[in-house]
Amino acid sequence: MADRTFSIARLPGFSTIAVAVFVMLYLPIVLLVMFSFNAGSSPAIWEGFSLQWYPRAWSNELVKDATLRSLIIASVAAVISTTVATMAALGTTRRARTKGQSFIYLLINQPLMVPEIVTAVALLIFFASIKVATGYQGLGYLIAAHSAFCIPFAYLPIRARLEGMDLTLETAAADLYATPWRTFRHVTLPILMPGMVAGLMLAFITSLDDVVISLFVKSAGQDTLPTYMLGQIRRNVTVEVNAISTLLLGLTVIMLSGFFVLTRKKD
Amino acid sequence: MKRLLSTVAVLLASTAIASAEGELQLFNWGDYTSPELLEKFQAETGIKVTVTDYDSNDTALAKVEAGGGGYDLVVPSANYVQIYVEKGLIQELDLSKLPNHANIAPEWLDVPWDPGRLYTIPWQWGSVGMGVNSDAYDGDINTSAIFLDPPAELVGKINVAPEMNDVLSLALMYVGGEACTEDTEVLKKARDALMAAKPKWQSMDYGMTTKLASNDVMASTYWNGAIFRARLQNDKIKYGYPKEGYPLWMDSVALLSDAKNVDEAHQFLNFIMEPENAGLISAFARYANGITGSDPFMPADMADAPEILIPEELQAAGHFLPTCSAKALEYYTAIWTELRK
Amino acid sequence: MPTAEDKASARNARTVWLLSAPALVLLILAASGPLLIVLVYSFLTPGEYGNVEWAFSTKAWVGILYSRDIFDGTWKLADAHLTIFWRSVKLSLYTTLFAFIAGFPTAWFIATRGPRARTALLFLITIPFWTNLLVRTFAINQIIRNEGVLNTLLLWLGVIDTPLAIIYTDFAVFLGMTYVYLPLMVLPLFASIDRFDMRLLEAGYDLYASRWQVLRRIVVPVVKPGIIAGSILVFIPSLGAYVTPRILGGGRNMMIGNFIDLQFGAGRNWPLGASLSMTLLLIVAVALVFYVRFANRESRHG
Repeated sequence: MADRTFSIARLPGFSTIAVAVFVMLYLPIVLLVMFSFNAGSSPAIWEGFSLQWYPRAWSNELVKDATLRSLIIASVAAVISTTVATMAALGTTRRARTKGQSFIYLLINQPLMVPEIVTAVALLIFFASIKVATGYQGLGYLIAAHSAFCIPFAYLPIRARLEGMDLTLETAAADLYATPWRTFRHVTLPILMPGMVAGLMLAFITSLDDVVISLFVKSAGQDTLPTYMLGQIRRNVTVEVNAISTLLLGLTVIMLSGFFVLTRKKD
Repeated sequence: MKRLLSTVAVLLASTAIASAEGELQLFNWGDYTSPELLEKFQAETGIKVTVTDYDSNDTALAKVEAGGGGYDLVVPSANYVQIYVEKGLIQELDLSKLPNHANIAPEWLDVPWDPGRLYTIPWQWGSVGMGVNSDAYDGDINTSAIFLDPPAELVGKINVAPEMNDVLSLALMYVGGEACTEDTEVLKKARDALMAAKPKWQSMDYGMTTKLASNDVMASTYWNGAIFRARLQNDKIKYGYPKEGYPLWMDSVALLSDAKNVDEAHQFLNFIMEPENAGLISAFARYANGITGSDPFMPADMADAPEILIPEELQAAGHFLPTCSAKALEYYTAIWTELRK
Repeated sequence: MPTAEDKASARNARTVWLLSAPALVLLILAASGPLLIVLVYSFLTPGEYGNVEWAFSTKAWVGILYSRDIFDGTWKLADAHLTIFWRSVKLSLYTTLFAFIAGFPTAWFIATRGPRARTALLFLITIPFWTNLLVRTFAINQIIRNEGVLNTLLLWLGVIDTPLAIIYTDFAVFLGMTYVYLPLMVLPLFASIDRFDMRLLEAGYDLYASRWQVLRRIVVPVVKPGIIAGSILVFIPSLGAYVTPRILGGGRNMMIGNFIDLQFGAGRNWPLGASLSMTLLLIVAVALVFYVRFANRESRHG
């Protein structure tokens, strides 16, 4: 019976289109990675295998600077947004609805709905006046901006995990005279942990990926890896960009695998 | 948790500390600063120079005006220097810290837009003209008709660099007027010519050194040094001087009023007035500079390059762009916004 | 007299707000709050060389649709502005449509595999989604450039004589956006199709319906929430796209995002940039309202 269901579900042409889509999705990326190992200096004409571009990219001071900066911002922003999102998730899930709850949802999900360019422009104006008034020009602005727009990305997996949790465990702990804080630390938190780590990773990738907001908010000498790459792509396309892209891709794949492993439903 | 917080605090503090010693923020055109120069400077003085790019005078001015950018030095073109001065965005230099000031070539010392060079130090100068791939078109390229009335072979393959003053000056001179004119008849003709030609263009972007060399674009209005560098990668690229009139420009380095690293800035400005270092600057971007005695340090191919040596019969057609009056600027902006859409 | 229930719900409300407070503060400071500043700026006058002068003016709002001809001073429809708006909407709609045409069979395919293949395929679909936007746009750029992979291949095969000029056209931007946003269509579609009861298909076939009829009359109505979610998820980001049109459009084929950017740079008209941003936000809000209403309507029927 199960067999028959699957064969009935096969609609004509759908499988072909699906396979074609997968191929089309991966072809540009595969070619990009392939050419990062190009012995020649053209991103389109293959001249043999070589690893030369990777050490070259790394020895570029600007690349190193930008990469370090991106990693710092992403780490800090991911931690801040996950912490803050966990608290918000705890506050808004599995509870009776209160007044203004939809306002909270709206605000938390706002970065997902507002086009990035609008947020970027808003932050440009807002931070510019603060920069002039206080004279502070450090990474704080970038970190604040990144933390903010990473919140929904951290929030959603944590909330999903929370909603799928069994309330009886916490009730049992309460029955055993545990205080709310101890219940949280010893019962809720460990079970919630995979969701939090998943949220942390999503926030990290999102921050690492950001182009538009970083472009508008950054001050002198504060290139992040994506803004550096944008400059290179617009002006100076070399295979170095391929190499950096491949490394970024590798990082994404690793993080995503971790994410998938963590959010697999326990059988 | 505490350890995490203290690590973060240290990281944030270290970014602040790093900017306090031996650092300089240079805001310059993209693809215009020699890395060799910066390395040499750092080796000699210990000061680390970080360059942030901009594509056009207007973008730079907008960013500086917005404030809070954190830059120390900016490199505007001649016709923008007065604007920076009037708005109080750049400050007078402390000439006592610039012993090499005497190295500035006499013809570049008393320029109308900065007599005596009290605000700016010469960086490089050049012209704006037509870069054309001779495989695509081998006719006369010494004319603005390349982009204003393109030959059939080039339609749809032309780039026009979105630099307002350059493009409008070329167009105005093409229809018989002058740059910064307030004559509405002439302005109208220029506007009509531009709007009529726009559908025949492919793009309005920068980065033409790479794009011409890699045949992404077949022709472009662009700066001579960048075309020179394109030719070094692809020998089919040729440079033309529009006989109807073409802009000459000079970029100079200025010190921003809210600069934090004033001492380091002066050291850098003095450094680039050494003939050897001026030669380094020219060698990278392939433009001429304004420092006496730098010729021996420039690359050999610049001595007789068509992009550097203006042919005699076309020399009179080159004009340095003046700073437009507010009224002329209004017209410029209106035409430009119409064109840019 | 507050009952125990009232007190409990008051305490609950306090906890909700206390726990959400840090997130809300951060969001208001660095995401939502500044939007109000944009609104304010849209009613100011542009400074001569950028930034604003604090003088009230509605020119930025009028300027979205109308512009004054500089030479004869007449007000006329700013058809260049409208071109940009229309191009953005048109390209976004095409992108959404094409993403749907390609995405629906893909989602169906994934949903109708066995559980292990399904997880593997889902993983494969999400990798491009989470890959850096720049990397993906750059990858497409490398393929469609004049000396890119596609042209090199076609030239080598002798199919064409001169490179196809795809780059820097509206089509290039469309290709890029479809490529970038396709996974966003597949995932919600998959979620919907996953919940679809395949036995309904059987029932349809038992009643002698053709495959096409089954698709139209049984599948699509049930899967509609997923279709709408996917469409919104593709339409909204593509409308506000910035990076993709900037790299693939060559500065000539501007979309709203690039046009807004221009006002804060060489365009020197911050108030106009602000009013355009607000307009974009408005269009997005309208689209979202549509989504919510449709989704609710469907769940009531379902």
